[in-house]
Amino acid sequence: MMNWRALMQPHRIVLMALFAAFVIWCALSLRWDWIPTYAPLALEGLWRTIWLLVVTTVLGFLLAIPLGLAQAIGPWYLSVPARVFCTIIRGTPILLQIWLLYYGLGSLFPQVPWIRGSELWPYLRQAWPYAVLALTLSYAGYEGEIMRGAFASVKKGQLEAAQSFGMPRFTMFRRIWLPQAIRSVLPTLGGETILQLKATPLVATITVVEIYAVSSRVRADTFVVYEPLLLLALIYLIIAGLISLLFRHIELQVPAR
Amino acid sequence: MNVDPETKPDEAIRVIDLHKSFGSLEVLKGVSLTAHQGDVVAIIGGSGSGKSTFLRCINFLETPSSGEIVVNGETIAMRPDGLPKDRRQLERIRTRLAMVFQAFNLWTHRTLLENVIEVPVHVLKVPRDQAIKRAHQLLERVGLGDKADTFPSFLSGGQQQRAAIARALAVDPSVMLFDEPTSALDPELVGEVLTVIRGLAAEGRTMLIVTHEMKFAREVATHVVYLFEGKIEEQGPPDELFDNPKSARLKQFLKSVG
Repeated sequence: MMNWRALMQPHRIVLMALFAAFVIWCALSLRWDWIPTYAPLALEGLWRTIWLLVVTTVLGFLLAIPLGLAQAIGPWYLSVPARVFCTIIRGTPILLQIWLLYYGLGSLFPQVPWIRGSELWPYLRQAWPYAVLALTLSYAGYEGEIMRGAFASVKKGQLEAAQSFGMPRFTMFRRIWLPQAIRSVLPTLGGETILQLKATPLVATITVVEIYAVSSRVRADTFVVYEPLLLLALIYLIIAGLISLLFRHIELQVPAR
Repeated sequence: MNVDPETKPDEAIRVIDLHKSFGSLEVLKGVSLTAHQGDVVAIIGGSGSGKSTFLRCINFLETPSSGEIVVNGETIAMRPDGLPKDRRQLERIRTRLAMVFQAFNLWTHRTLLENVIEVPVHVLKVPRDQAIKRAHQLLERVGLGDKADTFPSFLSGGQQQRAAIARALAVDPSVMLFDEPTSALDPELVGEVLTVIRGLAAEGRTMLIVTHEMKFAREVATHVVYLFEGKIEEQGPPDELFDNPKSARLKQFLKSVG
């Protein structure tokens, strides 16, 4: 915990005063009258951003586990495709991936009659499934590579102990190997999740209205440029802070070694 | 379970003509050993004599090249290349062979209590509350009753090894395998671990112990085996073997370890 004495250093007082002045100046001399009009839309956008982040990191991570495992111990016909997938995802811009899926798959599907006729079509006509797919694959690609190292880093003796007690292989994976692998990369995963948060505004380019798209809308409607962007920055900062607090909390539950 | 007719009722483990090669290097050149219930077999020998490999072949942490391993009269089924034929059978037999490692190998992401109940609950399917009750007794017994909720990394080597012994006892094994249990410990921590093992010997546990502690081997063992370059050079009751070694190599070895 930071104590008050440490805060009361001259240079810190100056910085805090400057920051307070900036906040007051923002509040008094900038335009915030648009907020009530756009608040409902902004909340919807915020909800969509958080929803996208949670769904794509969870799905992406579930996909990263087999991708990492295949590269760590898989036979060549599993490890080579997994490595190729991770390399492609990590080697291309995520904006490109989103567009390729949306404009590529999105324009391919309507030409296939059974897809048009299927019950999924009402969803596949919308943009958000492509946003979820692209962000999920991207997270899986990065985390697949990280999980490869994580699986390899678990000490042999930990697994030998499980084997020596007759633990079946899947139980060993679920109870010993996977939890230890995840534990060793928790700090990295926290950072990666924040990067994923910062990738979400890209889906605004395929018409998904998340929080960044709302700020663009405000700018287009009202010609107020900086205020929505400042507020947007603050919102992303807060979410990023919450993510890192969450990961720190999880890390504290179990020691790294 | 197919019980071998040759098996005597009190036989705990029998190893027949065990060979193990790593590539072209032959580490075990035909080792046979039988332990009856209550036997404490100390396996001694210089580094590279194959004593750890021998112990690790018994529960197939290393795959033997050839030979036969019989636990409580049940032979572990092997393919011609030495790999286990029936994984289920091997897993079942392994639950009766608890191993204590030189490097402890407690699961670092679980507390001591969780380490001790892990195998009973998730492999042997013992009801959780029953396993917890027993785990507390075992931790109490090895002198760690107050450390149940501590993670292994916060403990000394001696404490970790005692916890590893509690974890091994939790499966109520037929045979306990000790792979140099005190070799990774600071000298002042060796005693507390040996005291626990001594207690197990006194209550008649069947144990195979690979060790460098000659004084300890002499004191607790009912039978001592001296391995030299992958073969049993000499074996017998501890007093005979230590006071009256017959082979020149054993004499030399005993002199070198003081």
